[in-house]
Parts: sequence; structure tokens; C-alpha cells
Amino acid sequence: MRLNRQRQIVEAHDIRLESQIGEAERFGDLMRRMARENRLAMVSALVILLFILGAVFAPLLSPYSASEMDMLHRLSPPGAGHLLGTDEGGRDILSRMLYGSRVSLLVGVVPTLLSMALGAALGMLAGFAGGWIDALVMRLADIMLALPSMLLAMVIMYTLGDGLINVFLTLSLVNWASVARIVRSQTLSLKKSEYVEAARVIGVKRPVILLRHILPNCLPTLIVLFTLNVPAAILTESSLSFLGLGVQPPNASWGLMVNVGRQYLYNAPWLSFVPSAAIMLIVLAFNFLGDGLRDVLDPHLKNN
Amino acid sequence: MKQSLLRRFIQAVIVLLGVALMIFIMLRVVPGNPVATMMGEHADIDTIQRMTAELGLDQPIHVQFARYVLDALRGDFGTSYSMGKPVSQLMAAAFGNTLALAVAAALFAWVVGIACGIVAAVRKNGLLDHLFMGFSLLGVSMPVFMVAMLLQYVFAYHLHWLPISGVDSWKGYILPAIALGWNSAGSVARLVRSTLLDVLQQDYIDTARAKGRGQPGILVLHALRNAMLPVMTMMAMQLSSLLSGAVITETVFSINGIGRLAVQAISGRDIPLLQGTALFTTLVVVLGNLLADSLYAVLDPRIRREA
Repeated sequence: MRLNRQRQIVEAHDIRLESQIGEAERFGDLMRRMARENRLAMVSALVILLFILGAVFAPLLSPYSASEMDMLHRLSPPGAGHLLGTDEGGRDILSRMLYGSRVSLLVGVVPTLLSMALGAALGMLAGFAGGWIDALVMRLADIMLALPSMLLAMVIMYTLGDGLINVFLTLSLVNWASVARIVRSQTLSLKKSEYVEAARVIGVKRPVILLRHILPNCLPTLIVLFTLNVPAAILTESSLSFLGLGVQPPNASWGLMVNVGRQYLYNAPWLSFVPSAAIMLIVLAFNFLGDGLRDVLDPHLKNN
Repeated sequence: MKQSLLRRFIQAVIVLLGVALMIFIMLRVVPGNPVATMMGEHADIDTIQRMTAELGLDQPIHVQFARYVLDALRGDFGTSYSMGKPVSQLMAAAFGNTLALAVAAALFAWVVGIACGIVAAVRKNGLLDHLFMGFSLLGVSMPVFMVAMLLQYVFAYHLHWLPISGVDSWKGYILPAIALGWNSAGSVARLVRSTLLDVLQQDYIDTARAKGRGQPGILVLHALRNAMLPVMTMMAMQLSSLLSGAVITETVFSINGIGRLAVQAISGRDIPLLQGTALFTTLVVVLGNLLADSLYAVLDPRIRREA
């Protein structure tokens, strides 16, 4: 009798999961609601889209070559010929910004995906398994979070050495711990829910419970965390590159452009301030979008 | 309460040891012999071997770690490869500058953040509310180096109001402190506003108003006192990001602090110095969190009684 009831609960949950089209509609509804109620989030999404398009079509959009030197026109201020001015080698800053956005956006997205995957997997494992696994993962997270992020990133960069891949790895290792904490607490509360208990009673295997019942319920939180962690990764990379410890030439990220421009701060301030402003704009846009998504997808996160 | 504080203390010690071990292992797997790096290209093999033994680098790694921790407990963090001085001596000289900078930045962040938060909450949806909240979002989104360089460019280079770099007098701290505290001021303002709005809806505020207390009295005596608890926690958490930001701020304004020391350690491939600065910064953060926990317990009677 009790078993029957449990089976019903699991089936009801599965039906809800299987009606993916219904779920998708609901997600679409949520997005439409955000579009109506939160203009700022929509404008931000548009800004992010523009940046992505700029990065993808950089070769088509760039008015000049991004690498060709032109010593006759070095350090010329923003104006008609060069919209955003030229740098110390006479290269067009707008073109360099477009190419640099490829690195800066990748550095925001790739490590964030990696750190979210790592954090979500460890967080779910810790919350679901409990016991010594939980203790181990959480103490590890405590250790990672105790070190100020900039110094942690510096130590990891020192260990791994230069290179774009190593920047990705460093940022992933710096950010997984906070994701793991949030996902763990969510898993703990989901674990106690009726349908998970029911699934366990009728003998659904643990990995299946994790993937089919717990992970889908963590997704809204993960989406919000993703939008809020991308700008954090962009800021950390730009700080590392600003110190000369992140992306190295000939790769160019916005942070590196600020670093190089610093030597010309007083006679050609646009060298540093143009890429700085781009970083600020993209970070601001992601923060607004993240806030908007949080309000419709996962209002509980607001208190964290 | 004593028991829970003791538990927190033991946890803090474990975390510190964990951080020390993590940094230690990471810096040991860096390819290349650090002694060879330190002595340059012209050192002969005999000297390198003698130095390696002298520094204990030929011992097994757990012996090296145990020795490092025991030495660190006595305040000995080894000798800097690149500067030839004891790491503890270098950090002691730098710590004062970082501490002064962090305290000034925190003061700026809290005073400005709390004041803007209160005004925004009281004038909810008014012009000042929108203005302050807009500014705070801008503050959260601006990279530290951007704020620092903007301030340097406008107030030091153009207007000549304040020194461009260095901290020879107290005036030298003003721009770096604002640059470093700018970000935190934004977060504090947002948090003060939202908790204050929450608190202002509570029954005891109505009661106070019914008893005839005026608006300033209600704000200060009833609302602010209760709104300060989450703000306190946040301030403790901000300590970590302040020390992260100090690395950048100290570099831009050429302040000889712990953060700049860490940057110099990396460019000099100086493992003892990097290890020491990272560990020391963690110690400060962990102590700060411990202090905040105890203060929290003192300020909130509910926690005091529970524990």
C-alpha cells in the first residue's frame, strides 16, 4: 500500500519531467515575464548579444588590422580616422578591442562552465552522500575560500605557468568552491523531499536519482549562478592580466590592453580607459541579467 | 557560547593548516630547481647542491612541510630568494602600509555605504534612492584598477589635489583608500537599504511610532540596530576581497604593502616570499572572520542565548 503510494509519487514526478515541452513553455513564460517586468535585464541581454556578435565577426567588423603597426599614427586620440584612437604601435584600438573581446568573453564563459560543472558535481555528491565525503569536500571548499581569490589565482598561475589554457584552469579552480556550497545546501533540502525518498524506496539507483531528480531541480539555481559568475571571472582575469600574470602577448585580452596602456596613462589615457570601460559595461550587463534571472527563476538566492 | 567559539577556533586552525599545505604542495610542483633559479645561470653544480642541502630542499616533502609549519609558528617564514632578507622582516615592514590602507578603505566603504543605504531606504523610490543604487551597481561592476587609475588621473594628475603615488603623508592614503573601498561601498549600501526596508516593516517599529518616537529616533535606536547584524557579517566577508583588491591598488599607487610584495615575489620567482605573503593574508582573513563571529554573538542576544 505504502509502496504503491510511493510509486505514484515517483511517476507523477516523472510525468512532470517527461512533459519537457510543458516545462519549456513554462521557461519561456518566465523569460517573457522577465522581458515585460525587467527592461534593464532585457537591455543587458541585448548588450551581451552585441558583444558576442562583435567577437564572432571581429574580422568583418574591424576597420583596420589589429596587429599591423603604423608608427606615423601612434597614440592618436579617438576621432574620425580611428574611432577609439590608436595605441603605442599605431594600431587601431577599436579593432584590437574587437579581437580582444574574443579572449575576454571566452575567459568569462569557459572557466565558469568548468567551475560550475566541478562545483555542481562535488556539491551534489557531498550533499547526497553525507558522512566523510561531505566533510572532506566542504573542508576543501573552506580552504579554497579562506585564501583571498587574487592571491589564490596568483599562486595557481605561478604553479601552472603562463598560457591561455592555464588562465582557464586557474579561474575554474578559484571559483568552484562557492558553487559547491550552494548546490550542496540545495541537494540537502531536495534529498528530504517526498519524491526523492519515494524513488529511493522503490529502488531507483543513486546515480539515477542524482541525475534525474536532483540535478534538474538545481538547474534554475545553476543558470543564475552562471550569469553571476561570468562577470566575476572576467574581472579576475582582467586583474591578473593587469598585473601581467594572466593572458600573455600575442594574445590580447582587455585586461592586458589596460596593463600596456598604463605606461601612457598621462599622455594617452584612452589606451587604458577604453578597455576598462568595456570590461565595466559587460560586467554590468551580466550583473543586471543575473539579477533579473534570479528574480524569476530562483528568488530564494536573493538572501544568499 | 564559549564552546561554539572554541569549535570555530579549532576549525580556523584546521583551515589555516590546510591552506598552508595546499600552497606548499602547489609551489613544490613548479618545474625547475628553485635554487638554480635563485642563483642564476653561472652557478656551478656543487654550489647548487650545497645550497639545496642548506635550505633543506633535499628532504622528503612531509619533513619539509613539518619544518616549515614549526618555523612559521615561531614567526620564521624563511629567507626571500630575490631580496635576501627574512620573509618575516619584509612582511612586517609591509604590513603596516596594507593595514592602514585596508582600514582606511573599510572606513570609507562603511561610512559611505551605510549613509547612502539609509538615505536610499528612507527615500525609497525617490531620486536619491535611484541615484545611490545606480552608483552602487556601477561600483560593483568597475574593476579596481579602473577606479584607481581614474582617481589617479583626475585628482592627482589633472587637479594636483593629492599625490600620484606613495604614502609619505596621510594624504597619500586618500585616493588608494577610495579606490579600494569603492566596490565594497556599493555592496554595503545595497545591503543596508534592503535590510533596513525589511526591518522598517516589523511590528516593533509601529509600536515605537505609536509610543510617539520621532523618525530619527526610530531609525537610530530601533531600525539601524537590528539592520546592522547582516551588515556586520558582510563586512567580515569583505575583508577577503579588500585584501585581494589591495594587490591591485598597491601596484597602481606604488605602495609597499603585502599585496605588492606578492606581485614582486612572482616576478622574482621567489617561493618563500610568495608562500609567506599568501599564508599571512589568509591568517588575517581567518582571524577577521573569527572576530566577526564573536562580535555577532555579543551583539545578537538570540545567538548568545542559543549557544
